[in-house]
Amino acid sequence: MKPAAFDYYAPTSVEEALDRLAELGYSGKVLAGGQSLIPAMNFRMARPAALVDLNNIAELDFIKTPKEGGLVIGTMTRDSVVEHSKVVQEKAPLVIETMPNIGHPQIRNRGTFGGAIAHADPAGQLPGISLALRAKLHLLKKGSDRWVAIDDFFMGPFMTVIEPDEMLSEVVLPPLPAKTGTSYKQISRQRGSATQSAIASVVTLDNKGKVADVRVVMMSVGATPLVSREAEKLLVGQEPTEEVFKEVAKNASETEIDPSTDMHATADYRRHVTYELIIQSLSSATARAKGKGG
Amino acid sequence: MSSLINIKVKVNGKDYEQSVESRLLLSDFLRHNLELTATHVGCEHGMCGACTVLMDGASVRSCLVFAVQANEHVIETADGLGTEDALHPLQQAFMEEHALQCGFCTPGILMSIIPFLRDNPKPTDEQIREAIDGNLCRCTGYENIVKAVKKASVKMAGKAR
Repeated sequence: MKPAAFDYYAPTSVEEALDRLAELGYSGKVLAGGQSLIPAMNFRMARPAALVDLNNIAELDFIKTPKEGGLVIGTMTRDSVVEHSKVVQEKAPLVIETMPNIGHPQIRNRGTFGGAIAHADPAGQLPGISLALRAKLHLLKKGSDRWVAIDDFFMGPFMTVIEPDEMLSEVVLPPLPAKTGTSYKQISRQRGSATQSAIASVVTLDNKGKVADVRVVMMSVGATPLVSREAEKLLVGQEPTEEVFKEVAKNASETEIDPSTDMHATADYRRHVTYELIIQSLSSATARAKGKGG
Repeated sequence: MSSLINIKVKVNGKDYEQSVESRLLLSDFLRHNLELTATHVGCEHGMCGACTVLMDGASVRSCLVFAVQANEHVIETADGLGTEDALHPLQQAFMEEHALQCGFCTPGILMSIIPFLRDNPKPTDEQIREAIDGNLCRCTGYENIVKAVKKASVKMAGKAR
């Protein structure tokens, strides 16, 4: 058999899962969709002593629209359910635009929204777009809970602030202000395969057409998804012109990322495509903020 | 050593009950324990799509699901599609259009296409290409697979419902 042996628990409620995680401590690992964890176990790169499988917990599978706007997505909601959700299309079109690029249909039928965020693959799309959308994450453990802003969530490649006895239960995507446009752009060898670089942009314009707020997130080019501070510095309060986008792209791709060289691409190539993708993504998000498609 | 876990799974309409190790993959459970060998095992880490089966009607990679996770679920494999004398219309179309050569990837592609045509009975070529983008084929160059799926869609739409 490919994976190393492990103890398996399949709780049917959150309470039962938290009890089990508390009992297992460092030897326990949450199994969500398993589309990253199980391959790692098949290679024996991951050898958890025990898995706590959340797939039988119905209360973690939901998409809600709270009164204050935005979305709340339960951690075990399958990617394919999110992908085809009308309310997600309406409230967070960036998620819908990104979804077809995540793995393949069979992966999205099994993979989960929260699982991908908790897995924190620096090349993963859901960690990156959650960062672009300023998500808030609800972490539970036996006897207590806490809310973590996504800016404080990622610690490094595949590392987050989630403690061994904690689990992610839901992801809040706050409402987007009026005159906001979003855009996702990526370069990869094949649509569902690993990206060389990917950019998510969120642009909000004021009544005069200047940039009120901007968020550019760069994926696959650092230890975690990265928020461009250059974009905020150069764009907020300014006219969104191609000239400024180029300056943002130049500064961000030269100073804010740390791409690596591997068999898929060189670091230089990743810098170059990051530059181009930032311009494309900002242009498209800005056009959408103006209500012009893009 | 982990202990054995009792599971009940319905595969191609038949109920099975077995005790398995937690680390047994669904793909290996189907092939080795149940001797349903239509499901092929290629890369075993979710890249090739050869092991695609249906779990509660949705296509999944059976090498990325543990057999214990299939407990109380319904699995469908290419073993259940048709027989040599009465091929499923999709299998018939694959044969007529030469949509396979070595055949290794074929069961996975068939099981990806079954739910796809159920949800989208009149697909465009582009949609067919998207539907099989998680299935690697090293023989055909995919062109004949797209033709076969198109042909099957016409045949099946005329027949069903």
